[in-house]
Amino acid sequence: MTEKPAPIYPVVPGDFTTTPFGVTPSQTVGPYWHIGLPWTDGPDAAPEGADGRITLAITVIDGSRAPISDVMIETWQADALGRFNHPDDPRGVVELTPAGFRGFARSAADSTGTALVNTVKPGALPTESEVEEAPHVNVSVFARGMLDRLVTRLYFPEDTDAHAVDPVLSSLTERERAKLVATKVDGGYSWTVYVQDANADGVETPFFEL
Amino acid sequence: MLHLPPRYQRPTGVNAPADFADYKTTSLRHPKQPLKLLPQRLTELTGPVFGEDRVGAGENDLTIANGGEAQGQRIVVHGRVLDGDGKPVPHTLLEVWQANAGGRYRHTGDNWPAPLDPFFNGLGRCVTDANGHYSFTTVKPGAYPWMNHDNAWRPAHIHFSLFGTAFTQRLVTQMYFPDDPMFFQDPIYNAVPEEARHRMVSVFDYDATVPNWALGFRFDIVLRGRNASVFENEEDHDD
Repeated sequence: MTEKPAPIYPVVPGDFTTTPFGVTPSQTVGPYWHIGLPWTDGPDAAPEGADGRITLAITVIDGSRAPISDVMIETWQADALGRFNHPDDPRGVVELTPAGFRGFARSAADSTGTALVNTVKPGALPTESEVEEAPHVNVSVFARGMLDRLVTRLYFPEDTDAHAVDPVLSSLTERERAKLVATKVDGGYSWTVYVQDANADGVETPFFEL
Repeated sequence: MLHLPPRYQRPTGVNAPADFADYKTTSLRHPKQPLKLLPQRLTELTGPVFGEDRVGAGENDLTIANGGEAQGQRIVVHGRVLDGDGKPVPHTLLEVWQANAGGRYRHTGDNWPAPLDPFFNGLGRCVTDANGHYSFTTVKPGAYPWMNHDNAWRPAHIHFSLFGTAFTQRLVTQMYFPDDPMFFQDPIYNAVPEEARHRMVSVFDYDATVPNWALGFRFDIVLRGRNASVFENEEDHDD
């Protein structure tokens, strides 16, 4: 048995200080991100004891149906009233609900590929048209073997009426839509992200480009 | 109804393909179905804003840890964080992690026979100033072997993580060193389109060298910018 031979690439000279600026490329977080990125309070988008606090259990599965145990999940979402504490929100900067809500979580998977996020259910969001976006959580998936993050969205199972008009879900097939909806469990929701399936009607989770 | 701020432009010719066969681990970890377009609305145009509150005392100096000084070539790494419109990104958090001077990570998954350094942990944090400038002190990381292909070595690199000001701008990348002899066989570096690879390579910066103390390297980082057509009217959006 021989190992895969080394690839050979041409080495191109270049210097970002003398050529026109462009966006810096993404690279994988690699296998050792646990050295630099975990925070003690990373999984807590909402602090312990916050009103309405729930736990999202997000499991990431690879193309061989094995859990990705070295995955890092990040989430970003509106607060319980559908607000952001951010200068680019045209509705203005507000104190978030519940108190101490951060909107962001960063969580490491365990050996089963499951990362926990402590948060609250977000409110619906206005858009530039009449329709609202249904309550959702933006999810970034980082791992060794992913040269860029994968971006997807988690929706909540009880919001069926809102899902029917949500502009993002409306752009998907019924089958794709169902894959973005989490399952209600004790204390929160669980959701499985399937990174890969060659079958177009298979289990692969819809991923987004921004 | 809302009037949303300008969207961020999707860069082209910058990012690696999700499926890059030379980098073995991509094979089971890339989607096979086409990505769907996610129009940028409130959740995408906002993002977590982290600054000094996430940085502890001394976290911008990786060379002092556990009561001693790390082994290796001491270096100052500095540069600016800009958006694609050339504007500085001020007061934004950078998180970095890296191998020690011998190419060994302080991580349970790294067991190759290079020594751990008792005085090097390999993580740092810093925040850009009002002009988007950052700086930290560390030691130059060593190259290290990995199992991707026959006699595979990663070029020396420092991992960088940045938030920018919007979910859309989030970036995790790696900074390399000029003229690294390992570039020719590294699929992670070469997965990026050829014309964009040099943006990940720092430059030796003699002016940033601290006499009798540390060498200097400069690494500027560019996050996604707003749409170019909107940029022309930027002054109208200041209110």
